[in-house]
Amino acid sequence: MLALRGVTKRFGGVAALEDVSLDLAEGEVVAVIGENGAGKSTLMKIIGGVYVPDGGTAELDGSPLAVKSPSDALARGIRVIYQELSVLDNLDIAGNVFLGRERRHGFLLDEVAMRAETRAILQRLGLDLDPRAPVASLSLAERQLVEIARALSMSVRILILDEPTSSLTMEETQNLMRLVGELKAEGVAILYVSHRLDEVHQIADRVVALRDGKNAGNLAREAISRDAMIRLMVGRDLAPASKVKHDGTGEVRLRLDQIRTERYPSEVVDLQVQGGEIFCMAGLVGAGRSELARAVFGVDRYQGTVEVDGRVVKVNTPRDAINVGVYLVPEDRRGVGLTLEMTVRENISLPDLNDFASLGMVNKTAECKYAQTWADRMRVKTPSVEMTALHLSGGNQQKVALARWLALKPKVLICDEPTRGVDVGAKAEIYAELRALADSGVAIWMISSDMEEVLAVSDRIAVMHEGRVVGSLDRAEATEEAVMRLAVGDSA
Amino acid sequence: MKSRGQELGILTILVILCVVTAAKNHVFLSSENIANTTRIWGIYGIFSIGLGLVIITGGIDLSVGSVFALLGVILAIFIVDKHMNPALACLIVVALAALLGWGHGLLIARVRMQPFIVTLCGLLAYRGLARYITDDETKGFGDAHGVEWLRNLAIGNVHGVPIPVVLLFVIALAMYFVLHRSVYGRYLFAVGRNEEAARYAGINTRAVVASAYVLCSAFAGVSTILLAFYTNSISPSNHGTFYELYGIAAAVLGGCSLRGGEGSIIGILLGAALLQVLRNLVNILGISSSLEFAVMGVVILIGVLADTLLRKRA
Repeated sequence: MLALRGVTKRFGGVAALEDVSLDLAEGEVVAVIGENGAGKSTLMKIIGGVYVPDGGTAELDGSPLAVKSPSDALARGIRVIYQELSVLDNLDIAGNVFLGRERRHGFLLDEVAMRAETRAILQRLGLDLDPRAPVASLSLAERQLVEIARALSMSVRILILDEPTSSLTMEETQNLMRLVGELKAEGVAILYVSHRLDEVHQIADRVVALRDGKNAGNLAREAISRDAMIRLMVGRDLAPASKVKHDGTGEVRLRLDQIRTERYPSEVVDLQVQGGEIFCMAGLVGAGRSELARAVFGVDRYQGTVEVDGRVVKVNTPRDAINVGVYLVPEDRRGVGLTLEMTVRENISLPDLNDFASLGMVNKTAECKYAQTWADRMRVKTPSVEMTALHLSGGNQQKVALARWLALKPKVLICDEPTRGVDVGAKAEIYAELRALADSGVAIWMISSDMEEVLAVSDRIAVMHEGRVVGSLDRAEATEEAVMRLAVGDSA
Repeated sequence: MKSRGQELGILTILVILCVVTAAKNHVFLSSENIANTTRIWGIYGIFSIGLGLVIITGGIDLSVGSVFALLGVILAIFIVDKHMNPALACLIVVALAALLGWGHGLLIARVRMQPFIVTLCGLLAYRGLARYITDDETKGFGDAHGVEWLRNLAIGNVHGVPIPVVLLFVIALAMYFVLHRSVYGRYLFAVGRNEEAARYAGINTRAVVASAYVLCSAFAGVSTILLAFYTNSISPSNHGTFYELYGIAAAVLGGCSLRGGEGSIIGILLGAALLQVLRNLVNILGISSSLEFAVMGVVILIGVLADTLLRKRA
């Protein structure tokens, strides 16, 4: 149905895509994999009409595709759901689903019809949400599902999903997988971009790998395996995640006593994190994990006691937390973890700027050196620290977000979804860095919805459900099923 | 780096306008005309820098013109009616200005009201107050004693250079270091770009935002004094009307983005200069003075349009 031949796209002389070919048949699910920066998103944007290719041909049903804008693509039944959310906060769910194609009675909106249709689509997605709920009240994952609902409300021949599950929980992911199966059975062709190889393995009929903007090889259904995919993506075998359990030093660096957060004021949380361990907090999106982390970092208010290295601290602002060596790498890297429009240098030095200043004036030479040192240490791939963070890939942005805190010698480092949307290679580097940090005595508190990651990286696991810590598992006894059961609220 | 291009662009426009105007009428280059134009540039430049700081944090201050009227009449009352020591009166005026700015900052940064609304209310309220306390009568310094040195600040020269220009250069130099070299300046940009991200980096964003309003009003206080002695009489109902818009226009022309996080001192200086050259040009080339605003509006629009188009292409 869709055939791309020799597609090339350059940005200011740099080839983002070079001679890439791709075929997609009716009712076929093709997964596109590759590290960040491999050109996946560019390819999707070409099919979706956002970019016009510089070379090569694209055909749909044997005639030139020739889409020059997203609306051209839509008109030809091509629906792309991009990684960056494009839902409008100020409208309700139904308003978003029907945005631009509102059902109407003449001049007036037909709210009743739109809500009814939206409700049906939401049910199909396994979501129990009111179509009238404002999108502002939804979690990141729910917003993503609203985008998918929007796609489903139109007639679609080719559905392109760019990292659709990066913020979804396991259950939501499974719902989506089921849905992809249904659409496939209806003859919809699906391009599926994902870093989550398990999912790819589960649903893809064929895998197309990209590396450095070129085709790196294809895998037929029978040939799809984790190792094969990783080999195609990185061009080498990755060392398997370490299976050694690390004991903490026993010294409690962070203790939370009877903490109540704004999101769950009636629940109290007690927990402690030791130096030397990677403590992982699993749970579903909305379980209150990020809210807890934000409270401890002074972004949200809390009640209760926070102790760092045995001393009670009152954290009213992020500065208070930073002053006692407690740092947060937030979930929303692009929104709050970094200031995207500032350079790598400025981002790394921002929390610590006073250290390069005398009489309030910044010593730029010292600042540059510092930023360079930490960018190198984290292996941030950038031509220069003067590069705007916006232009880095997700993985490199995350390394910058980490670098700013690593440079400050953390006592406790809280990482909320540190590898979301990060490619395999960068993931491994981030894990290694966190492990090295733990080995140096830092208490690492990681929040993750990626079950594979939780099991691979953590020394100790706690599971949260609706604001409570419902269970704690040792590395040895943890299995995906055990964690999942706790996360959905089954008592152990 | 981005603002470097804009600075060059506006400098080019400025030079072209100067050359064209000078070619058409030699009066433009007369020392008297240059002194007059640069003198006003000096006065306007000072408060434009303050507005620039606020705009860099992503805010706006519409109250500046009314502050000139309110504090201007207060200054006149202090000196002429109350026979207060002029130096002390000036100090109090600048302190009062800073206090007003602190009020704006508090409402904006802590109560989280929108800057446009807070300062719009200031624009209305201060103007009304100025008219009320003077019974709508024009205040002036006449030939009050002991204010010669103050008047000299506004209309005097040192080595042929108008003193307001000297003041502007001193303030601009200081603010250049504050904005482009200091920790505080970096924080202003960071907060303007993304306040929430700045908070996550441990910056006291409320204090940074509020301080920008304090500085803006304090500079307006300094300009109040210069302006009051420059005009020598203050009509509470129209002294300083629209001046905030000159400041905002100067800042925007100079590369400050109303979305926050962008701008430079040099840009603001050039923007303020361009506006004064435009006013002067209308006058000198015999264009009907009723067209003054129209000419400025069109030139600002073209300037910003050109910048937007160039950025799109880059």
